[in-house]
Amino acid sequence: MPQTFSAERVLEYPGGYTRSVGPVIGRFLTGLRDGRILGVRLADGRVLVPPTEYDPTTSAPVAADGDRWIEVGPIGTVQAFTWVAEPRAGKHALERPFAFALIRPDGADTAMLHLVDCGSADAITIGTRVAPRWRAERSGYMTDIEAWVPLADGEQPVPAPVRVPAEDEEAEVTGITVPIALRFVNTAGESTTRYLHGMAEGKIIGARAPHSTDVYASSRGTDPKTGEPTSIEVEVADTGCVTTFCVVNIPGLSDLAPEIPYASAQILLDGADNTFFGLIRGCSVDEVHMGMRVKAKWADELKPDHTSILWFEPTGEPDAPYEHYKDNL
Amino acid sequence: MRDVAVVSFACSAVAEDPVHNETEMIVPVVHEALTAGGIPKGELGFVCSGSLDYLQGGPFAFVAGLDAVGAWPPLRESHVEMDAAWALYEAWIAIQTGEVDSALVYGFGKSSPGDLHEIMALQTDPYYVLPLWPSMVDMAALQASAYLEASGRTDADLAEVAARSQRAARSNPIAVRSGDVSAADVLAAPVTHAPLRDADIPPITDGAAAIVLAAGDLARDVCERPAWIRGIEHRIEAHGLGLRDLTRSVSTRQAAEAAGALGGADVAELHAQFSHEELILAEALGLDGSVAVNPSGGPLAANPVMSAGLIRIGEVARRITAGEAGRGVAHATSGPCLQQNMVCVLEGGN
Repeated sequence: MPQTFSAERVLEYPGGYTRSVGPVIGRFLTGLRDGRILGVRLADGRVLVPPTEYDPTTSAPVAADGDRWIEVGPIGTVQAFTWVAEPRAGKHALERPFAFALIRPDGADTAMLHLVDCGSADAITIGTRVAPRWRAERSGYMTDIEAWVPLADGEQPVPAPVRVPAEDEEAEVTGITVPIALRFVNTAGESTTRYLHGMAEGKIIGARAPHSTDVYASSRGTDPKTGEPTSIEVEVADTGCVTTFCVVNIPGLSDLAPEIPYASAQILLDGADNTFFGLIRGCSVDEVHMGMRVKAKWADELKPDHTSILWFEPTGEPDAPYEHYKDNL
Repeated sequence: MRDVAVVSFACSAVAEDPVHNETEMIVPVVHEALTAGGIPKGELGFVCSGSLDYLQGGPFAFVAGLDAVGAWPPLRESHVEMDAAWALYEAWIAIQTGEVDSALVYGFGKSSPGDLHEIMALQTDPYYVLPLWPSMVDMAALQASAYLEASGRTDADLAEVAARSQRAARSNPIAVRSGDVSAADVLAAPVTHAPLRDADIPPITDGAAAIVLAAGDLARDVCERPAWIRGIEHRIEAHGLGLRDLTRSVSTRQAAEAAGALGGADVAELHAQFSHEELILAEALGLDGSVAVNPSGGPLAANPVMSAGLIRIGEVARRITAGEAGRGVAHATSGPCLQQNMVCVLEGGN
């Protein structure tokens, strides 16, 4: 058994996740944009910071308007902390080591999570008095406060720098954009690795379980009907028939996608009992139809991945009868 | 209430499985649980799983997990995007309805393909917390900081927990971290996420677990000594870390009271991923020195995410079925800093 294949990839939505924040969170974030920390006085008198849409104890709605909103801080007290010796590039707001802390702003009864830029782990403790270091450019986002910094006795916090609103800026913050990128190294697994090696040799390698005649190409490792491992390797043909298909009229679905319009299809390969995805070329998209016999067009350079099969082309053979593929639709 | 019992349990864990995909990893565990459970797959009333698509980074990744069970003829099936202890809870409810008499529950997850500690930031609220990217360990360390301050305990207490876990894990075949370790050994290592050391932080683990549940006479037929579920409850607290008291676990206490878990036990298996969590949970559950806590080593010894909670139930059940314990308490948690907690009481007898 050759070494199992793995592939590195990044799960990412270019431009980040856009989220509507709603009126309660929106008002808090608008406050940050203005250089102020806002809290809400709950029915029991406690001041909630940062405000949530519902009272965390009673679930009563928190009104986005009204006179229960007050400004808190800007000075706060560290309630709990930990030290981040190795900041995460592209994620953390600071590139140098910092503390994460739960900070209770003066006038609040709850604490908010944020960064404390204090130089070293021994420069912070529970009870340390801290104040926000505001960014000059603020958009209504948690990192409008770049970090909190310890205050010496009697030291006054630095007010937020005045910012000039953009002309098209909304009066209230209604949404945020959160960049998210996660890196993975996924394992193909034993069965898919066998299949991928086949691709590099111009073969389509399927597999079946000992107690079934059903052949899967490719197999993820089990017979999905029974859960039995597909331990028996079976080569299937690179010919088959179209079971179902669609004509794609949307450009740019992937880097490998051809010019639109093109047809993609499920293909029942000869010798397999499940369908195989492929593009159909070599004929007009108007000519693609269920039952059409097709054959794989292999790339000149074979590799252990799906680029080895460029597309499927019509063979000109008579159509497969409906009975042949009716259980694969 | 119908009497429902755990009749079989299987699990696997390794630090990293670079060979098998998730489906291949689940197969032997499900097979072992089904074989030991004695109920043919075709006669199972319900199948429920727990996993987290973010671990693979694939939308609907959990669907492929069902290929390890086999879904033809069609099954009654469900999934929770949580630890599989909550899948067991759903299965227990399904059996309580009287619609079904048995269930297969399984959980799986590979922590090694991505950065687990970073991924777990995505379970926090996306407005106030996620933009700051606190890792799973950062959040736990904040709770440890608050707990030590409030309780007067020190990192020496954490080290006792960590060391005992590693010593206990020497007899656990799926432990990925174990050894003849003393608290002094633990304290000799550097603090990595103040106030936590690496030994206080669960090891990255790939693994799976499966349990078969059966009701009443069916359980008695297939298992000589079923582990009966005498109570199972879960409670949840506010998600905001600064909105709740991190120094104690109110929801664990509430779940334990509702489940009848405060009446003593021979063994307790706690889903304590970090040393301080075991101390907080033991206080909430009223466990004194007479109860063997995490004799398996617990999640500090092996932490296959999304099955580590189910494994706690399985570990207690296994000891009852083996006749080593008469009554036990299993705990599972979900969310950052013990946000949501389940308590399950299991007993032997008929």
